[in-house]
Amino acid sequence: MNRTLAAAMRTGADFAEIFAEDRRSASAILDDGRVEEVVSGRDRGAGIRVVAGDTTGFAHTADLSAAGLAAAADAAAAAARRGGGGTQTVAVSALEPPRSLQVRIPPEEVPKDRKVALLTAADAAARSAGGAITQVSARYGDGRRRILVADSDGLFTSDDQVRTLFSVSCVATGDTGMQTGRESAGRTAGFELFDLYDVEEMARRAAQRALTKLTARPAPSGEMPVVVGPGGGGVLFHEACGHGLEADLVAKSASVFAGRLGERVAAPMVTLIDDGTMAGEWGHYGIDDEGKPAARNVLISDGVLTDYMWDRLRARKEGRASSGNGRRQSYQHLPMVRMTNTYIDNGDADPDDIVADTSHGVYVAQLGGGQVNTATGDFVFGMTEAYLIENGRITAPIREGNLIGNGPDVLTRIDALGNDFAMGSPGTCGKDGQGVPVGDGTPTLRVTSLTVGGTAA
Amino acid sequence: MSQSLLDIAERVVGWAGAGIDVEAFVAHEQETEIRAYQGEVESLTVASSMGIGVRIVRGGRQGFAYAAALDDDTLRETFDEALDNSRFGSVDEFAGVAEPDGVEPASLDLYRSELVDFGTEDKVALALELERATLAADPRVTGVESADYADTVYEGAVATSRGVAASARETGCYLVAYSLASDGDETQTGFGFSVGRQPGELSAETAGGDAADRATRLLGAAKAPTRRLTVVLDPYVTARLLGIVGATLSGDAVLKGRSLFADRMDEAVAAPSLTLVDDATDPDAFTASAVDAEGLATRRVPLISDGVLQAFLYDTYTARRAGVSSTGSAVRGGFKGTPGVGAHALRLTPGARSQAEIVADIDDGLLVQGVTGLHSGVNAVSGDFSVGAEGLRIRDGETAEPIREVTIASTIQRLLMDVTEVGSDLEWLPMSAAGVTLAIADVTMSGT
Repeated sequence: MNRTLAAAMRTGADFAEIFAEDRRSASAILDDGRVEEVVSGRDRGAGIRVVAGDTTGFAHTADLSAAGLAAAADAAAAAARRGGGGTQTVAVSALEPPRSLQVRIPPEEVPKDRKVALLTAADAAARSAGGAITQVSARYGDGRRRILVADSDGLFTSDDQVRTLFSVSCVATGDTGMQTGRESAGRTAGFELFDLYDVEEMARRAAQRALTKLTARPAPSGEMPVVVGPGGGGVLFHEACGHGLEADLVAKSASVFAGRLGERVAAPMVTLIDDGTMAGEWGHYGIDDEGKPAARNVLISDGVLTDYMWDRLRARKEGRASSGNGRRQSYQHLPMVRMTNTYIDNGDADPDDIVADTSHGVYVAQLGGGQVNTATGDFVFGMTEAYLIENGRITAPIREGNLIGNGPDVLTRIDALGNDFAMGSPGTCGKDGQGVPVGDGTPTLRVTSLTVGGTAA
Repeated sequence: MSQSLLDIAERVVGWAGAGIDVEAFVAHEQETEIRAYQGEVESLTVASSMGIGVRIVRGGRQGFAYAAALDDDTLRETFDEALDNSRFGSVDEFAGVAEPDGVEPASLDLYRSELVDFGTEDKVALALELERATLAADPRVTGVESADYADTVYEGAVATSRGVAASARETGCYLVAYSLASDGDETQTGFGFSVGRQPGELSAETAGGDAADRATRLLGAAKAPTRRLTVVLDPYVTARLLGIVGATLSGDAVLKGRSLFADRMDEAVAAPSLTLVDDATDPDAFTASAVDAEGLATRRVPLISDGVLQAFLYDTYTARRAGVSSTGSAVRGGFKGTPGVGAHALRLTPGARSQAEIVADIDDGLLVQGVTGLHSGVNAVSGDFSVGAEGLRIRDGETAEPIREVTIASTIQRLLMDVTEVGSDLEWLPMSAAGVTLAIADVTMSGT
């Protein structure tokens, strides 16, 4: 380890780091009534990063022998290629033990037939919801990711991350064509996930969602008030401002929130937190992929922008500490600033009152991801279960579509927050080609005006 | 190297005992990625990865395992793990690996030694030149969020216990820039790229110029009132739409009751001007390949001819189940995934007129240069289609003010039927579809 870091530093670099990863994963997929696929995988290797001035060199290898690591270290150092030469000695401290992750039932100890049984149970439950359910697929997945980070500042630390995921998707067929419904649950936890989630209940909810949409009418088009149900609004914040608060984008002036620290950027009721320490949540970890312990970071406090999220590289340039948001998809990737679990805390409104107080608009019960252009602030998010609000009541289901808004505008247009906080569905956040698991959560909330992207007048 | 990858695949396949079918997919990839920022190299990544995916079918039950290494112990462990996994699959009489079908793979030369011999310093120079070209293209370009050079040298092999033995190698590289254009407090972004099989085919001027144009022409953009109008999709946007259409024509979706077009064979599903083929044997396609992910020859598949549905895409499994032949349409996302059905290189037959000529005939429209939320607002099963859009208004035959923060919505079924014209400007893009200008009537633009 010390030898590899010394080799990486040999050409006079400012910083060198080894990130080693050993990942095992297992999954099983049922589709069309059959267990189609039972898969297991093993992936391990190390990425070596060398920083010299403003240049980062990076090489990765699946060869974890001393020779393999040395070759990667040489390649990374050459990539960072700053002359100067000179020798640096690197001494890392003793390895800190992994933080205790609360995994009660390690998935690798659970027999495969028990995992497969979850799929068949979900299939049967979904199909029992009625003959209009014409197709069901279900997926089980677990993964254990052990990481180790050592760097030229003497850091030597590790983490052991276990995640388990289950999802079920249904197709309902009627006179109006086909509709789909999906439900998913995932935690940074082991097989005890299924103490919290009943897969048959999840399957029935997914089936019901598809059945309900068979009678859905085209979504409206144009600006109107939008109420987002508990949990769902997290995606809205993730897109409306989360990405724009990532320091790497801010540093390149590719964020509408650059230069706005200390300013009011949202309605006074909005306090936005990114918190990697939330045990069990999908975006939780002990240390980030640069060895920094996960942290709870307040980004917006009572509507005022208080901080951005940081990884090591951008924090180092600013002479401050990383906020524990340096993440990477795997040892084959460079770390960058990423969210963890991003949420808005409870307000004090009764969610029923929020709807009753809305004369017309759209109620979004489930969201299906989104996308943002951080430089302009324009973002979309999809509604996968939504209804009209008419005269203060939730009425007819509407078909799927995107909503579009501008982050800084939308943040100031939030005028109601419920007291029914919930975390949303487990998500995979994509940025610059890398996907990482993230969580989000909100209580019921209302935006006074958003553009709903339907086809009806 | 190709030969030795095939040797590895065939060795693993040789472990199959009686009554066991095996497919081994082995891949090796070398990549370089360089990002320039403010005249310096921001990051330089050199990477080499390899791995194997083993699929086993025993008694109609399928198991799969993968590993990101190719040493003997790993190969044996992966084989054993796939064999164990096969105990838990359902019995499916159609499950199996590919067998030779007598179709000769096209002779495609997708490998360029020029790329392999291109030095790191030269690659760095290209990335720096791309950043410079983007900044120089227009004074309103105030920054470059990223200017990347990336390349890959790929070799892969697949073998099955039924006699398939195929290997392929290819090179590819691209430049891509994201520009920031500013006017006062306002910022707009735009991308541009240039792709090739070797660096000599790349143009920093083109990529940087396109990135600058896309960003600057949106300066001053505003929301627009909701209305129905004709949209003209830029080639890049059309290519993304075709990707979704391709998914609805997969034999897997058809057999499992997830395709909008399952019962529409030989019917008109699109405007008569629309002819769509999937053809990975086209050497100009960025995603060209002579063999599919199961080792069978790729072939030209006419999907829609003059608006009439002619074919679906099949791999070995779905073809057996449907009682037809594979169309060589197996795809996979690398050695970590099992093969599935998908389009390789979709292409619309181009029309006669340029984008400008098409626009000149439109009184009330929107030229769409970018879309967002294809994963969140499009449902390929129900057909619902709603995406964020930005571009230029078309008024009385000319492009007018820039528009942003609107959506365009319809259904996949109606979009295809409402096509009024296909442009002449076919171009291959770094995705599994070619771009071409496409005009579609009666689409809802949602704004204020």
